[in-house]
Amino acid sequence: MPSQKNILRFFSILGIFSWLIMLGSGYLYRFGQLHTASGETYLFFSKAFLLVFIVIIYFFYRQNIGNQESLNIIDLLWKVFVTGLIATIVSLSSNFLLNALKDHEHGRNPYFLDTLYFINVGLIITFLIATFTVWKRLILYQKSKWLIRTWNVFEYGLLGSALIFFTSVESISSFGLVVLGLFAVLGIVLSVNLKWVAYLNFKQKWKSILLIILISLYIIYFYFILDTFGQDNGFTLLFSALNVITIRALYIFILIYCVFSILVILFNLPTSSVFEQKLVEVINFQKLSQSRNTGQSEEQVYEILIDSAVSVAVANAAWLDIMNEEEKVIKTLYLRTNKVEKKGVLNSIKSNKVKYVQSSVPSRNKTKDRFIAELKHEVYKSIFVIPLYIQEKQIATLALLKDVNDGFSKEMIEILRTFINQASISIENYRLMEEAIINERYKEELKIAKRVQDSLIPKKLYTNDDFEISAFSKAAAEVGGDYFDTYKMDKNRVAIIVGDVSGKGTSAAFHMSQMKGIFQSLVQLNLSARDFIIKANNALSNCLDRTSFITTTYFIIDSQRKKFEFSRAGHCPTLYFSAKEKNVSFLEDNGLGLGILRDDQFDDFVDVNEIKYNPGDILLLYTDGITEAKNSNNEEFGYDRLKQFLEKNAYYSAEYIKEGILKTVYDFCESSNLEDDITTLIVKVK
Amino acid sequence: MVEIKNSLENDIFTIYVIGEVDASSSIYLDESISDATSKHKKIIVNCKQLEYISSAGLGVFMSYINDLEEQGIKLVIYGLSDKVRHVFQILGLDQLLKITDSEEEAKGIVNGV
Repeated sequence: MPSQKNILRFFSILGIFSWLIMLGSGYLYRFGQLHTASGETYLFFSKAFLLVFIVIIYFFYRQNIGNQESLNIIDLLWKVFVTGLIATIVSLSSNFLLNALKDHEHGRNPYFLDTLYFINVGLIITFLIATFTVWKRLILYQKSKWLIRTWNVFEYGLLGSALIFFTSVESISSFGLVVLGLFAVLGIVLSVNLKWVAYLNFKQKWKSILLIILISLYIIYFYFILDTFGQDNGFTLLFSALNVITIRALYIFILIYCVFSILVILFNLPTSSVFEQKLVEVINFQKLSQSRNTGQSEEQVYEILIDSAVSVAVANAAWLDIMNEEEKVIKTLYLRTNKVEKKGVLNSIKSNKVKYVQSSVPSRNKTKDRFIAELKHEVYKSIFVIPLYIQEKQIATLALLKDVNDGFSKEMIEILRTFINQASISIENYRLMEEAIINERYKEELKIAKRVQDSLIPKKLYTNDDFEISAFSKAAAEVGGDYFDTYKMDKNRVAIIVGDVSGKGTSAAFHMSQMKGIFQSLVQLNLSARDFIIKANNALSNCLDRTSFITTTYFIIDSQRKKFEFSRAGHCPTLYFSAKEKNVSFLEDNGLGLGILRDDQFDDFVDVNEIKYNPGDILLLYTDGITEAKNSNNEEFGYDRLKQFLEKNAYYSAEYIKEGILKTVYDFCESSNLEDDITTLIVKVK
Repeated sequence: MVEIKNSLENDIFTIYVIGEVDASSSIYLDESISDATSKHKKIIVNCKQLEYISSAGLGVFMSYINDLEEQGIKLVIYGLSDKVRHVFQILGLDQLLKITDSEEEAKGIVNGV
């Protein structure tokens, strides 16, 4: 497919050729006329190539202007104007030359005159067809099937009618005149298509009028030129291009459309501002309703709203109060006014001249409805106040000010109502989306945290021959960070750990994973309880958030030496039942939670103790989810109840005690869904 | 929800912590302590109306321990209920933060008595 440029070049060259042939044939005919009386074929050729020239120029402009995608009306008119200007200048120069040489011998040279004539003809035809093509685009601005068919009839008819030229000699035949008349009628019918005028703004309308008037002047001048060419010089044309019906029809049609356009534009001038207003309103409305897609914040929606409302109402100033959850004003946007003025205006509302505007959504509270009021203010004379609602709750109030009385017409009020509704909808959408996103994120976070938590619970509890162990851990709905684990250090020693991470959610779950990793690593190194705690604190100091810590109690149960070695790092004190003493006590040794001091100062706070155990001894490890479990009176389960429970149930198995604790806690809370994680681990010496 | 108030008397800045400090409201406590430690050297925290503090809230206090020492700021917590004080003690924070019972004692400590 050859490029646009090449096509145009092709046509230009063809055009020039055919013009030259037309001219050349003309010369030959003239020569023949002057010296013999023959050479009719040359005349025929000259005429023929005039028509060829017309057709080529038609195709040239069809490609040049007709196929362009973008349609800027002023640009098109300007193009026509410039073409006409060039044609006029050349034509004027030739005319001037003609006049200057009127009495000169060269001024009567027929070849010279022929050349000048054909130059004029070429330029004028080019101009006519250029204008015709532009007019086509304007008429077909809004296409319909009927319009296109009619236009095609017109256009092909025009081109086809050129052939009639061969039948006429001096002037147009009567048949030709009839055809011309038909074209004129068709031209008028087509010329009512002037919808493009509505889309011009005020400035563009004036420019168009000017250009079209000038184009009309060109048309008239060109007609005059062709009609009277060479008459002053006593020159007879070979043939008159005006006898080509196509050319006459073009003149008539172009002129008709010029007149129609000018009149329509002129009469549309006073109302053009209304159209512009409507266009602006539609665009603003679109902006408001698309705010979610374009990612605008609430604030931006409010800004568009206040700008649009002011433009629609042609208001002088406005303010927009933005409210929070409790319907209290937290921010105000001002347009061409300020806080001080607002106060003054509110004070100057004539209480007896407040008119409530009928709202389609009935509201219980009358004062929250929209109202128009007259003002006793030095600048503003009327105000329109409209509240914005989302689901019966007020989110904002818009106030528009005008410096004339009764400044708000019914149409304005209707349109403002749609704007306000749309703004409310947009903001509601925005908030719902935000909420949904946050909820989604939150749910995702919880899912991840739950998965991490599940992976932290040990699959197997290690014991040795000396003791039995039973454990339970249940994470709450909002994931916290309970942790417990056991490890068989060697034939005789088992390490047991229980821990609680501060905070909730995914970060707590992650810290717990880190704790598990640290436990599983350190516990292989055969460390004493003291060293374990110190090293665990070191490791965690590099892992934890600024405000996070982990409490833990670490036990080493040595079945060879029959002792518990333990350290309490800030965790709830382990409950210990001594079979020998037959009492239950809390192992409230000193200690500091892990991660609270993140350097070796921590080491001074580590306390380790040993208890020699006897058969029947019980260790009850737990997290604060149990002691802080609340019932419906907001009472906590507490340490005392835990102690009492163990006192009563010390002679049962570890498994039984565990079940018992859970039942007791659930009964106390009257529910098995607790707010915090609960974990308990019971070690009973056999 | 928590409500944080403050007052300044001579050069002692008082933070009043009222209500419950949990994961979501601990940020307000954090902000107020951060603000206070940037401007004052003598700070007392009135916890008479502090009903509950979660581990998140404890973490907030904990995170300032180093800053207090480095910047020579004296911070004393007072008026804790038995329950809340117990929480501080289990964690061991009472060994690192100055906790006392009455306002006079607190002022005395920050004044270096």
